[in-house]
Amino acid sequence: MSDSMEQIYLAIVLAPLFGAIIAGLFGKQIGRAGAHWVTNIGVAISFILSIVVFKHIVIDAAPSFNGTVYTWLVSEGIRFEIGFLVDRLTAIMLLVVTFVSLMVHIYTIGYMHDDPGYQRFFCYISLFTFSMLMLVMANNFMQLFFGWEAVGLVSYLLIGFWYKKETAIYANLKAFLVNRVGDFGFLLGIAAILMYFNSLDYAEVFQAAPTMTQLTMEIIPGSAWSVMTVICILLFIGAMGKSAQVPLHVWLPDSMEGPTPISALIHAATMVTAGIFMVARMSPMFELSETALSVVLVIGAITALFMGLLGIVQNDIKRVVAYSTLSQLGYMTVALGASAYAAGIFHLMTHAAFKALLFLGAGSVIIAMHHEQDITKMGGLKKYLPVTYWCMLIGSLALIGFPGFSGFFSKDAIIEAVHASTIPGAGFAYLCVLLGVFVTAFYSFRMFFLVFHTKERMDEHTRSHLHEPAKIVILPLIALAIPSVVAGYYIYPLLFGGYFGDAIVVSQQHDTLAKLGESYTGIFGFMAHGLLALPFWLAMAGLLSAWYLYEKRPDIPGMIKSRAAVIYNILIRKYGFDEFNDFFFAGGARGLGRLFWNIGDVKLIDGLIVNGTAKSVGWFSARIRHLQTGYLYHYAFAMIIGLVVLVVFFVNDL
Amino acid sequence: MFADSSLLSLVIWTPIFGGVLVLLASKDEQAGAARWISLFFSVLTLLMTIPLYTGFDTTTHQMQFVEQVPWIATYNINYHLGIDGISMPLILLTAFTTVLVVIAGWEVIKHKTAQYMSAFLIMNGLMIGVFSALDAILFYVFWEAMLIPMFLIIGIWGGVNRVYATIKFFLYTFLGSVFMLIALIYMFTQSSSFGILDFHGLKLGITEQIYIFLAFLIAFAVKVPMWPVHTWLPDAHVEAPTGGSVILAAIMLKMGTYGFVRFSMPIAPDASNQLDWLMITLSLIAVVYIAFVALVQKDMKKLIAYSSISHMGFVTLGFFIVYTIAESTNSLSGAAMGIEGALVQMISHGFISGAMFLCVGVMYDRLHSRQISDYGGVVNTMPVFAAFMVFFAMANAGLPGTSGFVGEFMIILSAFKANFWIAFLAATTLIFGAAYTLWMVKRVIFGEVANEGVAALKDLNNREFFVLGVLALAVLLLGIWPAPLLEVMSVTVENLVQQITQTKL
Repeated sequence: MSDSMEQIYLAIVLAPLFGAIIAGLFGKQIGRAGAHWVTNIGVAISFILSIVVFKHIVIDAAPSFNGTVYTWLVSEGIRFEIGFLVDRLTAIMLLVVTFVSLMVHIYTIGYMHDDPGYQRFFCYISLFTFSMLMLVMANNFMQLFFGWEAVGLVSYLLIGFWYKKETAIYANLKAFLVNRVGDFGFLLGIAAILMYFNSLDYAEVFQAAPTMTQLTMEIIPGSAWSVMTVICILLFIGAMGKSAQVPLHVWLPDSMEGPTPISALIHAATMVTAGIFMVARMSPMFELSETALSVVLVIGAITALFMGLLGIVQNDIKRVVAYSTLSQLGYMTVALGASAYAAGIFHLMTHAAFKALLFLGAGSVIIAMHHEQDITKMGGLKKYLPVTYWCMLIGSLALIGFPGFSGFFSKDAIIEAVHASTIPGAGFAYLCVLLGVFVTAFYSFRMFFLVFHTKERMDEHTRSHLHEPAKIVILPLIALAIPSVVAGYYIYPLLFGGYFGDAIVVSQQHDTLAKLGESYTGIFGFMAHGLLALPFWLAMAGLLSAWYLYEKRPDIPGMIKSRAAVIYNILIRKYGFDEFNDFFFAGGARGLGRLFWNIGDVKLIDGLIVNGTAKSVGWFSARIRHLQTGYLYHYAFAMIIGLVVLVVFFVNDL
Repeated sequence: MFADSSLLSLVIWTPIFGGVLVLLASKDEQAGAARWISLFFSVLTLLMTIPLYTGFDTTTHQMQFVEQVPWIATYNINYHLGIDGISMPLILLTAFTTVLVVIAGWEVIKHKTAQYMSAFLIMNGLMIGVFSALDAILFYVFWEAMLIPMFLIIGIWGGVNRVYATIKFFLYTFLGSVFMLIALIYMFTQSSSFGILDFHGLKLGITEQIYIFLAFLIAFAVKVPMWPVHTWLPDAHVEAPTGGSVILAAIMLKMGTYGFVRFSMPIAPDASNQLDWLMITLSLIAVVYIAFVALVQKDMKKLIAYSSISHMGFVTLGFFIVYTIAESTNSLSGAAMGIEGALVQMISHGFISGAMFLCVGVMYDRLHSRQISDYGGVVNTMPVFAAFMVFFAMANAGLPGTSGFVGEFMIILSAFKANFWIAFLAATTLIFGAAYTLWMVKRVIFGEVANEGVAALKDLNNREFFVLGVLALAVLLLGIWPAPLLEVMSVTVENLVQQITQTKL
C-alpha cells in the first residue's frame, strides 16, 4: 500500500513537470492544442491523485508519510535530501493547489487563445504547479527553499510574460528582488536551524525544538536573544516576502502586469499563500516564541487594514483585487500570530477559491471590455455578462464575509481568535481586523457597483461588442463559485474537530481556537451568532456605503476626494513605499555602486596605485635616463667616485 | 597506488602535442584542418580525463595517479604529479571547458585560426599541469608558462585596448608569482625538497609562516582576484576574445583559490589562523563592494567580470571561515562544509561564468558591441538565445536547482556557525547578485526591439546551441544532484580540515 502511495506522491509532482517540459521544449512541434492538452492532462492527473491522497490520509486516516526521494548531497554526515512529507496539512494544500491550478489551466485555453506565447504560457504555469507542489510536499527546509525560490522564478517569468511591456518587465524585476529580500532572511533562518539543530529535516527539528527554548545567541555582542525567536523571525521575513506583508508587499500590486490567469493562480490563490503555509508548517517552532508570534500578529494586522484602505482608491479592476489579496493575506497572517493556524489555513483555502473566482471574473470582464481595466470606464455590465455577474457577486459576498458564504466562516473564526488571543499586540490586531471588515466590504462593492451597475460609461464600439466570453472561460468560474459558497461548511472538522492532528502544534496557553470550539454549536449557531456580531454589521455598513456613494449619489465620492485631498493623496501614493524604495534602495544602491566604481576602482586603485605606479616608474626612469649620457668621461668619473667610496668603506671596515 | 600509470602525463601532454601539431596548418586557408585537429585533441583530452574520475578512489585522501621521475636531481626537483579530491574535478572542468572553447571559436576566429586553437590546446595542458603538479618548481613552471598563451590570446585576438590590458594582466600576475617563488625557494632551503607534500609537513615558526603566507597571498590574491588587486580582471576580460574570457573566468581564477588550499593553508596553518580576519574581510569586500560596482557597469563583460570577483569572494570566504568556526563553536563541525561549498562554487562558477561570457560573445559576434545600451528586446529576435541567457542569469543569481546555489548555500550555512554578521553580509549576495544580473537581463533581453541592429539579429546556430546547451545541462545537473561531486571531495576535505587546523608551532 505504502509503496503505491509513494508512487502516487511522485506522480503528483512529476505530471505537471512533464507537461511543462513537453510544452516548453517541444512547443513548436506539438502546436497550441498539443501544449494545452499535455499540460492540462498533467495537472488533471495531479488533481485526481490529490483527491486519492486526501482520501488516504484524511478519510482513511492513514498515518502521514515521511520519506526520502533522493539524497541531494551529504556534507559532514548531514544529509540534504529531497523528500516528501504528506500529512493532513499537505493533503489539504495539495487539493487547493491542484484544483485552482486545473481551473486556471482550463481558463487559460480561452483567455490566452490569441496570444503568440501560448505554449510558453502553459509551460510556465505547469512549471509553477510543479514548484508549488514541491514546496508544500517538502519534508525539509532545504527543499522548502527550493520550491520557494522556484515559484519565485516562475512568478518572475509570468509577470514579465508580455516582455515588450516596459511596466511588466519593471514589475517582474521588482517582484524578484523584493522576494529575494525575504529569501535572504529565510536563508539565514535555515542556516540558524542547521547550526542549532544539526539537521534540516522537519521531523528532527520539530522534535528537538522544545528543548531549545532556553538557548540564547548574541547577534549584537552583550545582548542575549532567544534562538527560537531569532529563527522564527528570520523565517517569517521569508514569509513576508512571499506572502507580501508590509513592508515587503510592494511587489504584489505591480505583479498585476502579468496575464490575469496567473494573477489568479500565483498572485492570489497559491504562491502568495506559501508564507502562510510555511508558518503553519513551522507551528511547533513559532509556538515556542511569543515574541515571534507577536511580530507576526502585528505585521499581519497592519497589512490587513492598511492595504485594504488602498483598495478604495484604485481604479484598475485587477489592482483593486490585488490590494484585497494583500489585505486578506494580512488576515491569514493575523490568524497565525494568534496561534489560530488552522483558521489561517482555512482562510487560505476559502480565499483561494473566491479570490481565484474574483480574478478570473475580472479577467472575463477584461476580455469583454477589450482589455480595458479601468472601472471608471465600465458600468452596467450586468446585462451583458450575466454569468460573470453572478459569479463575481458570489465571490464578493464570500470576500466580505457575508453569512453563509465561505469567507464568512473563515474570517469570523480569525476575528474571534484574535479577540481571544493574549499575545502582545492582540488588541491592536483586533481593532485592525474589525475595521478591515468595513474596508473590505466597501472597496469590494465599490468595484462591484462601478463595474456591473451604475450607468454605462464605455464607448460605443466597446458596448456593441460586449458579450459573455467563451464557455471554456465561464466553466472554471462556475467551478470555483461552488467552493466559494460551500467551503465554509467544513469549519467544524477543520478548526474544532482536530482535523490537522499533529501536523499543527498549538501550545495550550495559546489555543484560541479551542476556546472558540467550546462555544461552537453547529454551522447555524455559528451563523446566527455571526448575524449578531460586530463584523457582520461592519460588512453591511461597508456594502451599503459603497451602494450609497457609487450607485445612489455618485457625486459624493468626487466631493470627498477634493475635501480630503491629503488623505486621498496618501492613499493614491500608497503611503509612499514605492517612492521611498525607488529613491532609497534602488537609487541608493546605484549611487553607492557609482561611488565605489568611480572613486574606489577607477580613481584610487587604478588611477592612483596601479597606473600611478606605472607613471612614477616612468617618471623615475626618465630622470635616471639622464645619467646615461653616453659620454665616456662621465662614466669614467662615476667609476672613480665609486672606487673612492669603496676604498673608504673597506679601509674603515678594516 | 596507480604509481605505474602515466595517465596524468598523457592528459597534460596530449593537448600540448596537439597544440604544436595544429601549427602545421598555420595558414589561414588551412583553418578547417586546424579546427578539426584541435577539436580532435581537445575531445581526446577530455576522454582521457574520464578514467581519472571513474578510477578515482573516494575513500582516501592520499594522492592518486601519482607519477614521480627525477628532473633536476641536484636540487631535488622532480617531475611529480598526482591528484586528490580537490584537483581532480578541476582537471575535468579544464578539459571540458577547452572543448567548448574550441567549438565556440569555430567560425568566429577567421584569422590565425591555427595559432588561436593551438594557444588554447597548449594552455589546456599547462593548466592541467598546474592542478596536478606535486613539485613546487614543476608547479611554478606550469603556472608561469600558462600565462604566455593567455597573453598571446588577449594580445593578438583581443579588442581595441588590448595592449594596455595584456600588460596589466601580465605584470600583475607575474609580479605576484615572484613572491611565491621566493617563498618556495625559502622552503627548499629549510627542507631540501621542492615536494609540495614535504612543505605540508615542514615545521615552521610563526614569523616564517606569516611571511610565507603573505608571499603566497600576493600571488594568489592577484589570480583570484581579490580586492584590491582585482582591477586587471575587468580590463583583461573586456579586451579578451570570448574564448579567452571563458578560460580566464572558468579556469584561471580557480588557480588562485586552488593555491590557498594547496599551499597557503596547509603550509602555514598558524599564519592562516592569525590572518583569517584579513582574508574574511577581503572576501566580504569582494562579495558586497564588488556587487555594488557590478550594478553600475555599462559594459556587459565588465559586469560579468565584476560578478566573477564577487562570486570568487565566496570561495575565499568558505576557506577562511574555518578558523572562526573553530573558535566560536569549539568544534570543527561546519568547517568542512564551508570548504566543500567553496570547492563546489569553483566548479559551478566555471560553468556559469563561462556560459555568461559565451552569451555575451554570441551577441558581440553579431552586433560588435558589449554595451548594455546598444541592446534591448533581444528576446524578440533571438528567443532561444534569450531562454539560455535568462537561465544562466538565474544560475548566476544563485537560484536553487542550478549549480550556482549549491556552493553559496553551503558557505552561508557554514558562515552562520562562524558569526551571524559574516553570514548576513555573505547572504546579501542573494539580493545584489540578482539585482545586477537581472537588471542587465532586463535591459538587454526584454523590452521592445531597441534598434535596427537588434531587429536584424539571427537566433543561435547549431554550434552555439550545442555549446550553451551542454553548459546548461551541466549547470542543471550539478544543481539538482551535486552528491557525486561532494562524494569525490569529502575525504580529501576532511583531511584538509585536520591539516589546516593543526598547529605547526
